[in-house]
Amino acid sequence: MNLLADVLVILVVLTNLRVLGLSRLSPCIRTVAFQGALLGLLPVLAHLDDMTTRLALQAAASTVIKAAIFPWLLGRALRGTGSQREEEPFVGLTASLAAGVLFLAAAQWIGSRLPHVGQGAPGHMVPTALFTMFVGLFMIVSRRLALTQVLGYLIMENGITTFGLAFAEKQPLLVELGILLDVFMAVFVMGITLFHLNREFDHLDAARMTELRD
Amino acid sequence: MTALHLPLALAGAPLLKGVINRTKAFYAGRTGQPVLQPYHDLARLLRKGAVYSKTTTWLFRAGPVVSLASTMAAIALLPLGAVPALVSFRGDIVLFAYFLGLGRFFTICAALDTGSAFEGMGASREAWFSALTEPVLLLGLAAMVKLTGELSLTDLAASLGPQAMLEPGGAAILLVAASLAATALAENSRIPFDDPATHLELTMVHEVMVLDHSGPDFGFIEYASSLKLWALGSLVMGVLLPVKTGSQGFDLLAGGSSLAALAVGVGVVESVMARLRLTRVSHYLAGAAAFSVLALMIVQGNP
Repeated sequence: MNLLADVLVILVVLTNLRVLGLSRLSPCIRTVAFQGALLGLLPVLAHLDDMTTRLALQAAASTVIKAAIFPWLLGRALRGTGSQREEEPFVGLTASLAAGVLFLAAAQWIGSRLPHVGQGAPGHMVPTALFTMFVGLFMIVSRRLALTQVLGYLIMENGITTFGLAFAEKQPLLVELGILLDVFMAVFVMGITLFHLNREFDHLDAARMTELRD
Repeated sequence: MTALHLPLALAGAPLLKGVINRTKAFYAGRTGQPVLQPYHDLARLLRKGAVYSKTTTWLFRAGPVVSLASTMAAIALLPLGAVPALVSFRGDIVLFAYFLGLGRFFTICAALDTGSAFEGMGASREAWFSALTEPVLLLGLAAMVKLTGELSLTDLAASLGPQAMLEPGGAAILLVAASLAATALAENSRIPFDDPATHLELTMVHEVMVLDHSGPDFGFIEYASSLKLWALGSLVMGVLLPVKTGSQGFDLLAGGSSLAALAVGVGVVESVMARLRLTRVSHYLAGAAAFSVLALMIVQGNP
């Protein structure tokens, strides 16, 4: 069981690296969806022995929202646009990957300095959570397209979820559902905004929006 | 009965290229050249005379000899599964990496010594690739050292195995195997990093550097490149699938066949993948470096 949870955590790290190195948008969305599914599965695996209905429902809800509804919403926004890839991010893709390696090292270092966090959690939960947050933030500041920035936001939220998993064994149901609802609303609004942005300007390039005048 | 890896490698290395060629031919629907063709090529090259340009110096002649010698020395440090290496001491991992580096350095010097523009370009690309692969190789090996606590390649191979993968941190072994496999393909100038069968000097990386060598010198280079394939291949298979039956003879046989399987794998990769655009190579190697660092992180988290 612990081994399986370990593998899931590693897969989360690998999905982060994959998103950093990808330029086409639809695989990016699929990778983030896969990451969401992994994070939905993680608490189930961690509590296989003391499974409750509440936990199962919670995991199912988070998996459905992150792995099915978000990719559907974003995919719908993407289909309307002409751009299928992130052409010229502010930081190149290879440089992004190199930055990812640095983040990994930094997350490991910071994780090792937080001795009282995440005891009893699978070994690398805390560094992985920190790394996922770093990657999400980095995506938000280093990419041009509004869509990839939304993906960065989602990744950051995934990181926070991972941190929560490592930090507290069981969060109150209301808190958990509240966070999920918040994220859902945010992505819902962002999806609509993307759609309208694209209809108005025929592109999703956030950098070009700074030049807007009336 | 201890150090049988070196003679097996010296005798069997060209066979790997034959296996790769046959696999590629099978995928293309051809019969292909005989599996033993690389041996015939080597014999033919060794019978010929060598031509040296008047503008070259001793560096040009030293290149093939040093690269062959350093690759042989590197293999002397390598175990094959449970078969121990000829020489083994604490820290031979670093020496192994730098034997490969020494051979590469002299190949690059020999290419620059000819003064040809094409060869200079190839040398620059080769130096660039190796600057990217060396950290991947060393970081991956560092992760394995940290996992097993052993500092020599032979002890390292002895403590890896199927049961090591199931212990905490065992996933690191798979990650290191993947990044070492990428390193092996890049170092041996195979697809997707370089195309060994290309016919255009502009697109060559490794092949263009040895264009001016002829006769026995070129035979040395060919033989050294087969040995390098064997060396990095046995490193990958040693991490991924170390075979330990208990009997030296069986171990040797199993190690040799795992390398043949690896050669078939390389042939399949070459048949189904296209060569990467040159600017994407650094991207892929950065990914391999990320694998190595991740492995190191996993191992660090499981003391």
